[in-house]
Amino acid sequence: MTDLITLKGVNKYYGDYHALRDIDLTIRQGEFFSLLGPSGCGKTTLLRTIAGFEEVTDGTLHIDGKSMKRVPANHRPTNMVFQSYAIFPHLSVAENVGFGLRKDKRLKSEKDKLIAEALEMVGLGGYGGRAAHALSGGQRQRVALARALILKPKVLLLDEPLSALDKKMREQMQVELIKLQREVGITFILVTHDQEEALVMSDRIAVMFEGRIVQMDEPEVLYRRPKDRQVAGFIGLMNFLEGKAGSHVNRAAAAPTKPAPIEVAQQGFLNRLRSQVGLAKPEPKRISHYQSGVEVEVAGLGKALVPADQIKAELHGKPCVVGIRPETLAILFEGETTDRRVTEGVVDEVVYYGDMTYYDVRIAGVEKPLTISMKNLIGRPVLEVGAKTRVAWDERALVCLAP
Amino acid sequence: MNPLRIYAIAYLIFLYAPILLLPVFAFNDGQIIAFPLQGFSTRWFAELWTLSALHDAVGNSLMIAVCSAIFATVLGICAARAGARHKWPLKGPMLSFIMLPLVLPEIIVAVSLLIVFVQVLGLGLSNWTIIAAHTLICMPFSIAILNGAFGNLDPSMEEAAMDLGETRWGAFRKVTLPLVVPGIISSLLISFTISLDEFIIAFFLSGANPTMPVYIWGMLRFPAQLPAVMALGTILVTLSICLLVIAEYFRRRGLARAGLKDTGGFL
Ligand SMILES: Nc1ncnc2c1ncn2[C@@H]1O[C@H](COP(=O)(O)OP(=O)(O)OP(=O)(O)O)[C@@H](O)[C@H]1O
Ligand SMILES: [Mg+2]
Repeated sequence: MTDLITLKGVNKYYGDYHALRDIDLTIRQGEFFSLLGPSGCGKTTLLRTIAGFEEVTDGTLHIDGKSMKRVPANHRPTNMVFQSYAIFPHLSVAENVGFGLRKDKRLKSEKDKLIAEALEMVGLGGYGGRAAHALSGGQRQRVALARALILKPKVLLLDEPLSALDKKMREQMQVELIKLQREVGITFILVTHDQEEALVMSDRIAVMFEGRIVQMDEPEVLYRRPKDRQVAGFIGLMNFLEGKAGSHVNRAAAAPTKPAPIEVAQQGFLNRLRSQVGLAKPEPKRISHYQSGVEVEVAGLGKALVPADQIKAELHGKPCVVGIRPETLAILFEGETTDRRVTEGVVDEVVYYGDMTYYDVRIAGVEKPLTISMKNLIGRPVLEVGAKTRVAWDERALVCLAP
Repeated sequence: MNPLRIYAIAYLIFLYAPILLLPVFAFNDGQIIAFPLQGFSTRWFAELWTLSALHDAVGNSLMIAVCSAIFATVLGICAARAGARHKWPLKGPMLSFIMLPLVLPEIIVAVSLLIVFVQVLGLGLSNWTIIAAHTLICMPFSIAILNGAFGNLDPSMEEAAMDLGETRWGAFRKVTLPLVVPGIISSLLISFTISLDEFIIAFFLSGANPTMPVYIWGMLRFPAQLPAVMALGTILVTLSICLLVIAEYFRRRGLARAGLKDTGGFL
């Protein structure tokens, strides 16, 4: 894939306010790219910078190899779906969708055909004659999409396009958007503050905090290997334990063990929607047992290995924070056995979610109880508060972060 | 009955009864403005047709009112759009400053403009001096109406148009303007009405050709012409009410068209 959009050292000030800080970003042709971050972190500002509604204070922006300095929005190969959709209320649906074709020299009949096709594509075939201001939220969103896509832009920019829809509609549109993107092959840049949406839809995600891109990775890497505590806490749930990184250890030399790879628990919700559109990887990710790595002393759990390339050099021999996701921990019910490591605990809190139960389990040596999520499989009991239990864990699910 | 209700009714009678007297005496078949009435007649309206000086005054007034309405509205569009879309230092004080003529006594506006035009600028008095002054006093009304129209617009609407290939001006013309047209019509009509029956400023600033209100004031000195003044007044009141109703109709239609809530107006 070739690079389509390149930002280098982009800074943006609103008066004294530093809205974008040293943004370096490369987005590839045909990619579904998401900007994820809490409210006010500068996602919209970055998107508007790419669209041409904001000048950068400092740095360069190239789209398709051309510098976008002083190129106004109407001359950029980008189109945008606004958060408010910005449907023109005085025009009909067809006139809205055909708005960008006004300057086009083609025949009216050809344009009408394009408009009809665009409406068909977003599932609004036959709605062309309706007044735009009488549409529902979901329909407006589709009109905005059709209006932008009809111009066949190189990049489609979407500013929280789904945030105004209810949950059901949102999930449906997520699937449709992914499908559409595969179909048209246009690069999508999606702004969202919904981490689940970003994980489900994107090829790559940039996580932003306070005007800075903190981490940029594929959804799975972002989820499993967050770079710092902020990202780890923002995306999904994460237990944090105190730890101390020690010296390098080589197990293979000490006692060669069977190299059988064991499946690491997968994030259920991630796969649910992705599988609907054929995006889920058919093979579950398997990670072999670690043979060597840095030995980390984890509070409450004991010694564990972390591969040397997953722990920053400056953390060696220093206190660190160890993160572990709730779904990678497991409660061992009566009679169950495991080949994983086990620690003793007491149930502190039980929250029942229907398909899942979330337990807070207190273990010795850790102040904050560990959150553990368990699928409610047939025959599996729901434990009571105060019950003694065993918690199984695996060192391959640990991430070691700067405190 | 509730004393407050009595007060309210008395207040309304006091306020509007004199206006009701206009048509009553306009259609009265007698020269003296007094009861008892002497029968129905339209001869005072017929007499209006014979007063050629009145026709000149009406022509003057119409010209002034049309020009002032256009100027005030064009300036109002600029101010309202700037206020709705941009930020600049001292924006608040500047915008309230433009609204000042709304509360300034007209006599003060009239006298100061007279001094500026004649003493400072050395201009002769003409219809144009009145147009300038009327533009000034119509502006606040125009801006108040247009503020509603522009303030209700989603700012991303114009950006969307630019994103779809329009220039800045094209986006304004094809998206913003059609959406504020009802506000513009409403502003034109109200400014026109205000200018048409404005007296004090026109009295001070009119040159050789009086405006209609100034001419009417002149007629009042001749008792024989009083009933004709009543007839003219009747026509004016009817016209004003019609224009205001049309203006309000357009303002509301504008809101409805953009699918927005009513945030108040003049009616
Ligand atoms: N035109 C502007 N003038 C001054 N400050 C602005 C302007 N636009 C945005 N900001 C500030 O820049 C920061 C980033 O704004 P931005 O709209 O990019 O946030 P966001 O990440 O899109 O947030 P949200 O999720 O709430 O939409 C905010 O603190 C905002 O107050
Ligand atoms: Mg935003």
